[in-house]
Amino acid sequence: MRDGQPEQYVPGEATPRKPNWELRLYVAGRTARSVKALANLRRICEEHLKGEYQIQVIDVLENPQLAAGDQILALPTLVRKLPEPVKKIIGDLSNEERVLIGLDLRPYGATEI
Amino acid sequence: MLAEESARQLLREAKTALPKAPSGIRGLDEITDGGLPRGRPTLVCGGAGCGKTLLATEFLVRGAIEVGEPGVFMAFEETAEELAANVASLGFDLRKLQQEKKLAIDYVRVERSEIEETGEYDLEGLFVRLQHAIKTVGAKRVVLDSIESLFSGLPNPGVLRSELRRLFRWLKDQGMTVVLTGEKGEGTLTRNGLEEYVSDCVLFLDHRVNDQTSTRRLRVVKYRGSTHGTNEYPFLIDEGGISILPITSLGLGHKASRERVSSGIPRLDQMLGGKGYFKGGTILVSGTAGTGKTSVAAHLARATCQRGQRCLFLAYEESPDQLVRNMSSIGIDLEPLLRDGALRILATRPSAHGLELHLVATHKAIQQFQPDLVVVDPITNLVSVGTPGETQAMLTRLVDFLKLDGATACFTSLTSGDVESEMTEVGISSLVDTWLVLQIVRANGERNRTLSIIKSRGMAHSNQTAEFRLFDGGIELCDTFLGPSGVLTGSARLAQEATDRASALALDQEIARKEAERERRRRQVEQQIASLREDLAAQDADFERAIQEARNRRERVAEDRGEMARTRHQFAGSNEGAGTEEGQT
Repeated sequence: MRDGQPEQYVPGEATPRKPNWELRLYVAGRTARSVKALANLRRICEEHLKGEYQIQVIDVLENPQLAAGDQILALPTLVRKLPEPVKKIIGDLSNEERVLIGLDLRPYGATEI
Repeated sequence: MLAEESARQLLREAKTALPKAPSGIRGLDEITDGGLPRGRPTLVCGGAGCGKTLLATEFLVRGAIEVGEPGVFMAFEETAEELAANVASLGFDLRKLQQEKKLAIDYVRVERSEIEETGEYDLEGLFVRLQHAIKTVGAKRVVLDSIESLFSGLPNPGVLRSELRRLFRWLKDQGMTVVLTGEKGEGTLTRNGLEEYVSDCVLFLDHRVNDQTSTRRLRVVKYRGSTHGTNEYPFLIDEGGISILPITSLGLGHKASRERVSSGIPRLDQMLGGKGYFKGGTILVSGTAGTGKTSVAAHLARATCQRGQRCLFLAYEESPDQLVRNMSSIGIDLEPLLRDGALRILATRPSAHGLELHLVATHKAIQQFQPDLVVVDPITNLVSVGTPGETQAMLTRLVDFLKLDGATACFTSLTSGDVESEMTEVGISSLVDTWLVLQIVRANGERNRTLSIIKSRGMAHSNQTAEFRLFDGGIELCDTFLGPSGVLTGSARLAQEATDRASALALDQEIARKEAERERRRRQVEQQIASLREDLAAQDADFERAIQEARNRRERVAEDRGEMARTRHQFAGSNEGAGTEEGQT
C-alpha cells in the first residue's frame, strides 16, 4: 500500500485521511474472462486508486466454500469489502464507467448526465 | 434362447424406462405412480401460500430420512434459520439433518440494488456453490426455491435464461432429482416461464376457498414418460407434513373377506345368518333421532376391541368424553378400551374442514392407526359441509378406501321423521353391505324402538322386525308380535305375551283333560269286554252241559231200545230188522 494523490477521488472529505480500498475479485478458474476482468480491475485501480488498494483474487473452483460467504452467484464478481458499505460489481469490468459508479469512484455531478 | 432372453431384458428395460425417486410424501407417490422422475427436474408451481416450499422441503427431508438420499436445499427466499423454523412445526428437524450431513442448505441472497453490471458474466458461482453443497453431503436431490428470484435480482434476463438452461442440463448430467418451485403467473404456470426449462414433470398446487372452507389441491399437469393421475387431489398440511389423498384412483378391486365378525349383540348375530357381519363389510345403521344408532355402533366397537382388534371412532356429534359417559349408561365402558389404545375416538365438528379435508384427515388417521373397524357417527352431519352429491362422492371414496384396507366400516345415518325411513339422506344405501334400520313405533302412548335388517349382502338374514330395548346392560332384542294394528311393541307386546301364555296354558289343560277322558273310556270298554267274556264263558259252560246231557240221553235211549229188542225178538238175529222196526215206530 502506497500513498498516492487522493484529493480528487474523495472531494467531500475535509481531512485527507484516505480509506483503505480492499477489493476482492471472485473468478472461476483462469478463463479468458477471468484474466480480462483482473486486467481491467488492475488498470482501473492503477488509474484511480493508485497506492490505496489491495486486490485479492479468489478462485471459487479452488475454494468453493468462500463463494457462499460473499453471496457470489455471477462470475466474475468484484466485491468492495472496504470502504463500507460492501458493494458488488459483476461482469468482466470492461465497462469502466459502470465500474466507477459501482465503486462509488465517480465524482458527484458526473455520475448522471 | 439367448435372443429370447435379451428380448425379455429389453422389454423389462422398456417398462422401467423411467426410474423414479419416491418423494415419501403420503399420496404423491401413488398419484405419480412411484415418485418424481429420477435424475430430472420437477417444477412445483402455484400461488402464494399454496405449500410449494413445504412440498419441496418434505421431498428433501423424506428423501434423506426414508429413502437414504441426501439433498441440497438452495433457498433464494429464506435463510436456513427461517426455513428450519418454518418447518419445525411439521416435525422436520433440519438442523439435525444438516449436522448428520444428510442435508445442506445454502441461502442465496440476490439483491438487485447491490449489483452493478459491468460487462460479460455467467452464473458459474451458482454452479460452484451447488456443486460444493452436493459434494458435501453426497446429494442425490436438489431443491431450488425459488430460482425465480434470480429474474428480479439479475439485470440481464438473456444471460439468466441461457445460464438456467445450462444449469438444468448440468443438473441432469449430475443425475440430480431436482424440485424447483415457481410462483403462478397470469395465465401461465409460472411468472417467468420456468416451465420452459422443465419439461419432464410439472405439479400445480392450488389453494381455494369455497364457502368459507379452504381446500388445498394438487394436480399433475404433466409427467413425461409416465402414467399419472390427472385429477385435482385435495391435500392437507398438518403436523405430519403433507398428505395427499389419491381418491379417484380407487376402484372395485378389493378382496372380499369370508370372515365374520360379531356385532356385539348376540341376538343380532343370529339375525345376520347366525354369525354377524362380514369382516371388511360396510354397515349402515340408519334411523330417526334417538333410535339407538350410536349404541348399536358402540356395541360393535366394543366387540371389536374385545377381540383384540382396534377401532377408530369418528364422532361428528359428541366429544369423546360425552360418548364415554353416554355409552356407560347402557353398560358399555369405553374408558379401558381407550386406555389400552384399542379404541381411538376422533371428535371433530363437520364444519371444521371441507369434505375433502375430512376425507384426507380420516385417511391419514386410518393409515396411522390401522384400525380393524372404523365408525363414522353420523355421516349425515357431513352433509352440512357439502351438498348431498359431494357427500355421497366422499363417502364412496371412504368406503372404497376402507374396503381396500380390509377394515370394517360402520356408518350411522340420521333420517328425519318426515322422510321415508328406508331412505338415507345421503343416498349411500347402495354402497353398504348390511343395512340396519332402527325405527320408533308409536302406539298405546309409548315410543318403542324396533330394528330390522333391510339388507345384508351375502348371508341369509332374518326378515323379522325385532324390538330393540336399551337398558343399563346394553341392547336387548326381543320378538315382536303382529297384531291387528301392526307390530306390537312395548307393553302391547307384554300384554300379547301374557295372552299367549294364558292360551298356551289353556291348551295344555285341554290336552290333559282329553287324555284323561280317553283313558277312562278305554277302561270302560275294557270292563265291558271283560264282562262279556264272562257271559260268554258262562253260556259256553251251559251249552256244554246241555249237549252232554243230550248225548247221554241219546245213549241211554239206544241202550234201552236194544234191551227191548232183545226182549221182543228172541230169535231175530239182525240189528237191521230191529232198526227198521224202530224206524217204523
